[in-house]
Amino acid sequence: MNANDELRMKKLLQQALPPVESNPEPGCDLWPSVLRRLDARAAAPPWFDWALVAGLIAFAAFFPASIPVFLYYL
Amino acid sequence: MQNEPSDILNEFRLGDLAAFETLFRLHQRAVYGWILRIVRNPAVAEELTVESFWRIHRAHARFQPSRGFEAWALRIATRAAFDWLRTQHPETELPAGLQAPAIADPAVTDEIRRKTAQAFQRLPPRLRIAAVLAIIEDQPQKDVAAALGVSVSAVKLRVFRALRMLRKDLQQQGITP
Repeated sequence: MNANDELRMKKLLQQALPPVESNPEPGCDLWPSVLRRLDARAAAPPWFDWALVAGLIAFAAFFPASIPVFLYYL
Repeated sequence: MQNEPSDILNEFRLGDLAAFETLFRLHQRAVYGWILRIVRNPAVAEELTVESFWRIHRAHARFQPSRGFEAWALRIATRAAFDWLRTQHPETELPAGLQAPAIADPAVTDEIRRKTAQAFQRLPPRLRIAAVLAIIEDQPQKDVAAALGVSVSAVKLRVFRALRMLRKDLQQQGITP
């Protein structure tokens, strides 16, 4: 593809997909949504908590005799 | 690009929510506009702006105030937009009425424009982002490079590869650009 082809392709692309208007604004204030997202993610347990629970369940499945020990320490 | 007092940047780095809100208010339009230019869908751009600021907050401890907030925020926003583009089906139609009116070239028919837009949607997201920002939105290549976390040469290469793939796709449909 030479320089002329490149220029033609650029012009065609600009015709097919015109630029977005300048200085677009969101339709509403997004701060409440950001706060909700922060709260939701903060409430979700981190992945290593789930990994620990899965590990304990697997351990209890393989060694059922350990269940009373776990219950004792809860 | 906005300049904010360094104490706000330092407070944000330490996790202060009020400082984060100040930075959000200062930069949400820039981040939203940047994302909209990439995804070209206002509803998705709003959603990704929220996602980007959530990622920004999560990464506050890694923020370096000396490098400025907006460039860092745009880089995170670009990554969020890239992640979204990767999940999209290439044939997803662009919403109508978003773009500024183009000066129509009578030699380019509506059919060719439509097929070009569809072919563009089929490009790999990595190339599409570089091309949409550098060619369609006419953003400075150094800004595009900073947002993508690559060199200016890499942006030029991606744009060239995008145009070459687009041309090949159109040629396969019998269109000679």
